[in-house]
Amino acid sequence: MSAVATVPVGAAEGPVLVVRDLAKSFGGVHAVQGVSFAVEAGRMLALIGPNGAGKTTCFNMLNGQLRPDRGEVVLAGRPITGLKPRVVWRMGVGRTFQITATFTSMTVRENVQMALISHEGGIWNPFAPARARHVAEADALLGLVGMAEQAERACGVLAYGDLKRVELAVALANRPRLLLMDEPTAGMAPRERVALMALTAQIAAEQGIAVLFTEHDMDVVFTHSDRVIVLDRGRLIADGTAEEVRRDANVRAVYLGSGATSGGH
Amino acid sequence: MFDLILTQILNGLASASSLFLVASGLSIIFGVTRIVNFAHGSLYMLGAYLAFTLVNLFGPASALGFWGGVVLAAVLVALVGLVMEVTVLRRIYQAPELFQLLATFGIVLMIQDIALASWGAEDKLGPRAPGFKSFVILFGNRFPTYELLLIVIGPAVLALLWFLFQKTRWGTVVRAATQDREMVGALGVNQRLLFTSVFAFGAGLAGLGGALQLPREAVTLHMDLSTISEVFVVVVVGGLGSVAGAYLAAVLIGVLHAFGILIFPKITLVLVFLVMAVVLVIKPYGLMGKRPVGHVRGPAAAEPLLTPADRATKLAGLAVLLLLVAAPLVTPDHLLLTLTELVIFALFAASLHFMMGPGGMASFGHAAYFGLGAYGAALAVKWLGAPMEPALVFAPFLAGIAGLVFGWFCVRLSGVYLAMLTLAFAQIAWATAFQWVDLTGGDNGILGVWPSSWAVPKTVFYYLALAVCAACVLALRFTVFAPLGYALRAARDNPLRAEAIGIDVMRVQWVAFTVAAFAAGIAGGLFAFFKGSVFPTYMAIPRSVDALLMVLLGGVQTVSGPIVGAFAYAGLSEQLMKLTMYWRFVLGLSIVLLVVLFPRGLVGGFLALRERHGAAGSGAAGPRLAVEGVR
Repeated sequence: MSAVATVPVGAAEGPVLVVRDLAKSFGGVHAVQGVSFAVEAGRMLALIGPNGAGKTTCFNMLNGQLRPDRGEVVLAGRPITGLKPRVVWRMGVGRTFQITATFTSMTVRENVQMALISHEGGIWNPFAPARARHVAEADALLGLVGMAEQAERACGVLAYGDLKRVELAVALANRPRLLLMDEPTAGMAPRERVALMALTAQIAAEQGIAVLFTEHDMDVVFTHSDRVIVLDRGRLIADGTAEEVRRDANVRAVYLGSGATSGGH
Repeated sequence: MFDLILTQILNGLASASSLFLVASGLSIIFGVTRIVNFAHGSLYMLGAYLAFTLVNLFGPASALGFWGGVVLAAVLVALVGLVMEVTVLRRIYQAPELFQLLATFGIVLMIQDIALASWGAEDKLGPRAPGFKSFVILFGNRFPTYELLLIVIGPAVLALLWFLFQKTRWGTVVRAATQDREMVGALGVNQRLLFTSVFAFGAGLAGLGGALQLPREAVTLHMDLSTISEVFVVVVVGGLGSVAGAYLAAVLIGVLHAFGILIFPKITLVLVFLVMAVVLVIKPYGLMGKRPVGHVRGPAAAEPLLTPADRATKLAGLAVLLLLVAAPLVTPDHLLLTLTELVIFALFAASLHFMMGPGGMASFGHAAYFGLGAYGAALAVKWLGAPMEPALVFAPFLAGIAGLVFGWFCVRLSGVYLAMLTLAFAQIAWATAFQWVDLTGGDNGILGVWPSSWAVPKTVFYYLALAVCAACVLALRFTVFAPLGYALRAARDNPLRAEAIGIDVMRVQWVAFTVAAFAAGIAGGLFAFFKGSVFPTYMAIPRSVDALLMVLLGGVQTVSGPIVGAFAYAGLSEQLMKLTMYWRFVLGLSIVLLVVLFPRGLVGGFLALRERHGAAGSGAAGPRLAVEGVR
């Protein structure tokens, strides 16, 4: 991709993702109001906040699913505000969804192969069997997330935690510089959560990928994030290390007020 | 001039009323049951026939006789609707949308033969309404008073429906159920009763619409399909589920028709098409419709795993091909003709399967592309004097270009909306062939489309068809397993994820739509030379449904399904036609039974059986089991 060629990963000075003054309203509801933050390569940034704080809206504006009313999203120095999801992906943004999104009529390996085929721009090829393409690369990605053993299984029959791993492998297929993970551990058992996030953090550090994730489980947040930003009613109320945020009076008020405590939902 | 415009507006408003009655009934039923009732045009036709009989029975001269007959006809149609709901629809509310459409089409066929048996094939002319036989002078033109009455009836019914839905308990429950069925059930509303009553009510509206047409036009056996395609256009334009939208769209289409007939009689349908196109580009879910929220049916049914054919299947395929190659050595001539037709239909079915199976786009108008292929070949022969070879090459391009244009609109929609739009487009193609007599010969078709001399012998033509069709079917099959086919399945399985990994969902679907149209065009071109002539019926609705049945009979989830389905269906229907004059009734009944008993098709059912055995025998939990995940 030409985008990759002009701005090599890690070569760009400063953060991978810069968000400035992002805002979105739905009718009279101001879901996100003037949010700004940045994520650096190889770092894990957690976006937290009570239900309805605007986390998912914020997320959907970053990968192009929603067009912001105001503000700017900059990826490695290039503005991506309002671009379509598939264009944003081509510029190096991988994404996992709150409700896992995989192709159920394909095997685990084929899911990853599909992403790899799309990455090399080969989806229009009406000939040559797709199963034979990028097998080694797909298996390497599946090995990375611990799914190599199940490569031949159908995505429709996988356990939930395994589906999350497949999604991670798919999201890594385009060698992203930014990974967006919406509630990556929702619906998983506590041990699986720790394993998945530890894995993500390791991959991010090794490959220099910036990771932005939303999360309800405070254990996950405090263990696996390098920095935490807190959203409440569409506004950013705190930005700092896990420890700083934990001590922040505003954050305590929001969380105690809403009744949520550490340990998830 | 101004007077003329006003008169035409009045004409349009008058014809809008009946259309609105049928469309609102369809919309209300869809709102609550999520079923698009294909048989709604048939209920309209029944209303007209019953009114004809009852009015003549009661005495058309007296007001009581006439209006009593009309009202009783509507009530009887409501009862027919009630029976339909209780015997058929109630059993298929959980089935996939497509099967529901298909089952209601089965009912269309049954009602067609019931009407034929009861009223005969001749058109029936109804009496005029007592008290509304005269004219008034409006804007310098004579205007029938009955038309004025119809103009009033439309808004009156709209107001009545509004009152019913806003002010009565039943109406409130119906509105609530339109928004959230499960919730209404959880609140203790008797769902069965609600669904049955809504269906009967919607059927009654269609019946009333038909009965009111009695003094306006002759009652014919073709009213059902012509009405349902117009109604589909109305609800697509107005927005499915919106009664006010149905009225707005009915008026729009009605007035457009009235002007079209006056100004450009030959391109009335093009006008309708253009308006529909503009509306769909600006508002994909109709003027007053809302984007369907998520999966209306709860969690999406996971698509089963698709694996390339195993060794046994490949060998079986090869064996069938060899048998087909060897067939002319042993079969008599008339059977060879049947085989040629079967081979052509297998390609037709495979082309539909390509967009419907891996593409997830069910077309109710695939015959349009088959027919356009046939017309492409015939027109090349008739107007360009082309011999068979170039004509066969030209044929699929006409179909492909139509697929490119129609497909652009269709891929913007999904599910039943897409099905209705494809049907409307097919109807437009059919009507063009029918109306544009100078070019197409209209109803008389184009004759003398004969193969080149080398291909005239039956055996030679059979081999030609077999070679072309087998190559095309294999090519389609290859594409399903190539990157393009994978991207198509990705777009069907999970559009959100597909877009998130860089796949342009709409464009992939558009390409698939065009490829399917092109392949159907190849089949159509061969068919034209096989028959030696083309007729508008090649693209009529029943032929589209033939293709759907072939695909569904074979099972939409397997790639070999459509071939098996084409042979099974074509063989079956030919036997049926020999057996009974009322083959439509039997066919319709079989479709209904098929949907109720085997919602996954023949091959799907066979696979399920095989898995159940395999799983029980060896306990192997391989990828095969994934197919079980469908339901």
